[in-house]
Formats: sequence, structure tokens, C-alpha cells
Amino acid sequence: MSSSLTVSKQPLGTRARLDRRSRELRRTIVRMLEKSGRAHFGSAFSILEILRVLYDDILRYNPTEPKWALRDRCILSKGHGCLALYVILAEKGFFPEEELWKFCQPDGLLGGHPEHKIPGVEASTGSLGHGLSIGIGFALNARYERADYRTFVIIGDGESNEGSIWEAAMCAAKHRLNHLTVLIDYNKQQSYGTTFEVQDLEPLADKWRAFGFAVTEVDGHDVGMLRTTLSRLPLDATKPTAVICHTIKGKGIQFVERNLRWHHKNKATAEEVHALLAALETD
Amino acid sequence: MRQVCLEMVYQLAKTDDRIVFIGSDLGVGTLQSFKEEYPERFFMEGISEANLIGMAAGLAMEGKIPYVNTIATFLTRRCFEQIVVDLCLHNVKVRLIGNGGGLVYAPLGPTHEAIDDLAILRAVPRMTIVAPADANEMRRLMPLTVDYPGPIYIRLAKGNDPIVTRDDVPFQIGQAMLMRKGSEALLVTTGVTLKCALDAAETLSAQGIEAAVLHIPTVKPLDTEAILAAAAEVAVVVTIEEHTVIGGLGSAVAEVVAEAGFSPAKRFKRIGIPDVFPDQYGSQASLMKRYAITAEQLVATVTNLLSGVAPSVR
Repeated sequence: MSSSLTVSKQPLGTRARLDRRSRELRRTIVRMLEKSGRAHFGSAFSILEILRVLYDDILRYNPTEPKWALRDRCILSKGHGCLALYVILAEKGFFPEEELWKFCQPDGLLGGHPEHKIPGVEASTGSLGHGLSIGIGFALNARYERADYRTFVIIGDGESNEGSIWEAAMCAAKHRLNHLTVLIDYNKQQSYGTTFEVQDLEPLADKWRAFGFAVTEVDGHDVGMLRTTLSRLPLDATKPTAVICHTIKGKGIQFVERNLRWHHKNKATAEEVHALLAALETD
Repeated sequence: MRQVCLEMVYQLAKTDDRIVFIGSDLGVGTLQSFKEEYPERFFMEGISEANLIGMAAGLAMEGKIPYVNTIATFLTRRCFEQIVVDLCLHNVKVRLIGNGGGLVYAPLGPTHEAIDDLAILRAVPRMTIVAPADANEMRRLMPLTVDYPGPIYIRLAKGNDPIVTRDDVPFQIGQAMLMRKGSEALLVTTGVTLKCALDAAETLSAQGIEAAVLHIPTVKPLDTEAILAAAAEVAVVVTIEEHTVIGGLGSAVAEVVAEAGFSPAKRFKRIGIPDVFPDQYGSQASLMKRYAITAEQLVATVTNLLSGVAPSVR
């Protein structure tokens, strides 16, 4: 079996243009960076459209009742991408927008990794390789309770180096958790370099298939494509689903895209913030 | 003790549908009745401790009470981060049942000897650690584990351990038990070494030395009040445990006694496994003897400390 889409042949994730809403969400993230001076910046831009589509179109939730029993569960297993999650959750009303401006401050709700005390955050993550197993617990509970909520877990490509991801993958397939979907943020970059250099994951789609998942690949910045794909889950009624989202770390700002210096940005200067905001002004 | 523990999980599950059992490729036939009667709450999963702890955490976040069982070293060392993050940080009701606490798996060597489980888990906020002394005590403990808040680690002994606890002494998680009074020395113990302590106290008594025995089945949260009250009465405090002397019960008691600032200071000694990996096979009993985790060593230590002989450093 060969992957239907390979990185070299068809670089998905590079073509989608960002609309006004995606740019505005990114501007909010830049303003959070301005307040805190540091953040996993590129990672947040990588997953923004995935989260946007999930929370705009796919997930069932009630911000005034974050623990509503029948809500769909969404775990950001690659917790360092949390800026993207925070701006979406604030926008949806899980917590006041003012919290965004206290990011990483002593009196703030929101830190550098999501914690379960935050309304809308299902599980504390940050150390990689935890979220999928927790999601399996959620999904098994849904089956036992005959509840129709679904579980979505967003993992990173670097995170997929962790053995626990593959332990979890085997387990999810064994239990035929067709109401569990893992979304892989495949931006092909990790902290030190590309995934091809540090720890090649290819053939990634084949791996997930071999582990018992129904697999599809999408442009992770193409809102329409994401919406269409995530609206027809599960892909196979007998299997969990893996959606490989081809993305770009830092998507949307030319000098940040694929620039590892922006994976985790420290000491962002006023000039840099100005340049980031300016870059997001234009179409 | 293991049989009683697992049987209790099954019995408790009969009347409480929140209870879930998760095993990691355990022996064939384990909890067969549970599996047959409640298959939807029985999970025999692969050898994948990290995943199992996360999965248990997810189930617990949804209101289930998972009892996770495998060999203690795998359940503590292999998935330590999952214990810290998934269980303790989230403060979920997952119960870890560790087979072979201490030197039980002596014939299988150091990979299977849980000589450090108490130390590892003591360091983690919100973790409760219990080490019953015998099967009867396990029977009293288990019903209390259902609704107790936060994660619990249950340390299992070898099985067929002599019954040394009393049915008329109620078990409370977090409470130490004064098993014997004594005015000269205090022996502090957890798990199966209670037998050593009681035997030693008997021998000492015959020699005219009255030693109290404080059994601490809950290593964390530690009953500091009981320890200080018992220590206040005596000149000598000796701890004994089937565990490394670093970070376990002895360390915990030493911390409490040292910070209490007794004057005169207590003469104190820990008995346990020295800072080594066991280098012999044999049996639990032979390794206990090799590391002098015995009633005889307790007697000698108490006698020496009372007569002013400085304890040896090892």
C-alpha cells in the first residue's frame, strides 16, 4: 500500500489563502505574543484552521456549560499550540477575552500549555504523547454509556515520535473506536529541524492505515476542505479516523513560515510585533 | 493478597457500575468472572502502560473508577509521566494495583523488583500510597478505595503472607495503627514488614525492652501526628521496609522526626534495601535476609541504639 499523497509530489497546505477571519485570529495571537513576549508561535498558526473549523462547524458544545455531558470532546494533545485554542475558546465565550491579554501572567488563567482548569479544555497537555490515550478513555466511556458524543484529538508530527501515540493507535483500532478522530498537524517541522531530518514519519498515511485507522489527507489550512472532510466522519464505521492535515508552521506570515526560529519565540520585540501585524493586514 | 485485591475489585464492581478493570496482558484467566459478567467494563489491553494510564485517566475524567493492574515496576517506572500528568495533575480516581511490591519477584531479577515504587510515587502531589500488611487488611482497604478522592497506588505483596493484622481494628486511608505499645523504642513499618516488627518487639520484650510498633499502611498521606505521638514516648526510632532506604517510609519518617526537633534527639535508623540493585536471585525471603530486612536486624539495631552504639552507615 502506498500513500495517496506524498509530501514531495503534492505539497498540501501550501496553497490555501487565508481569509479575513483567519488573519484576524492570527492578529489576536500576535497581540497575545506582544503581551507575553514569548509563545509557541509557529505551532499555533499551524493548527488555527483545524481548530477554527472544528469549533465553527463540527463540534457540539455549550460555552456556558463547558462540562455538558453530551458535548463533543476535543483534546489539543500538542499542547504547545495552545494560543490557537485560546483565541477560539475566548471567541466562543468559554472565558472572557480579557484573559487573552494576561497570557502567562501570574494572575492569568492561560499559560504556555493548556490546563483542564480552563473552561473548554478537556485535559492538561504539554508533555507530548498523552492526549490520544486520554481520548480513548473518553471514547470508551461514550460507548459504555451509549452517549453519542465524539472525541477529537489533535496531535503534532513531532509528537508522533512518541511511542505512546502508537500504543494508543493500536488500542483505538482494537476497540474500533469509530467515534474517535485523530487530526495530525503535519507541518513537517519539529523543534530542531524538519521531520525528515529529525525523525522521518513517512509513509505517514500508510502507518496510520497499517495501525487500523481509516485515513484521509487534507490541506490543513483549507477551511472548505477541512469542513467537508470533517463533516463526513467516520470515514469507516468499523475504524477510528486519522485525518492527516498538511500544514505550514507559521502559516500566514512569510518571514515566519517554516522558520524554526519562530517555533518558540522568545523576547519578541516591538518591531517584530509590528511587522507581524503588518504582514497580516494585507490579503 | 493479590487474589483478595482482584476479587474485591470484582465484588465491588457488582454493585457499582462506575468500576472498570484494566489489565496489561495479565495471566490467562485473570478475573474471568468479571470478564464474563461485565465484559463492557473489563479491558485486557496490550503491554502498553503509558497508553493504559492515559486511557484510565480519560475514563476517570468521565466518572468511571478504573482499577489498573500489572507488575509494580512497569506500573510505576514505565509510565511515570502518565501517572504524574494524566492521573495526579488531573486528580482522577484511578487505582493502580502493583503486583510484586519490593522483592517479591526475586527470581526474575532487578527489572521486576519494585524496590523504589514508594519513593517514586511519594514525590508526586495528590498521590495516595497504600501498602497493606496482609490479605485481611487488603479486604478492609478495598471498599474504601472506591470513593476516595484522587489517584491511589496499592502495593501488593507476594501472597499467602502471614495474617498479622486484626479485624477489629478499622482501616482508614491515611491513618497509622499502633499495633503494640512500648516505652523504649518505636518500630515503624509498612506492608509485610509489619510481621518483622511484631516479631522483633516480641523478642525485645523477652529481653526486657518494650518496643512500640507503628504500622503505616498509608505511606502517603503520612499520618505525621501518629508518628510524632509515638516517637515522643521513646528514645529510639527504627523504620523497616521492603524498599530502598532512599525516599520510602524510612525517609518519610526521618523527615517528620528531624523536623519535629525532639530534644534530646531521637536515635534513628532506617532498615531497608541499600542503594543497590539486587544482585542475587533466590527468593523474596533470601533477599530480605541478604539486605537484613529481618526481625533479627531490628532487634540488634534497637539494642545497639539503646546502648548508645552508633548505627552503621551503609
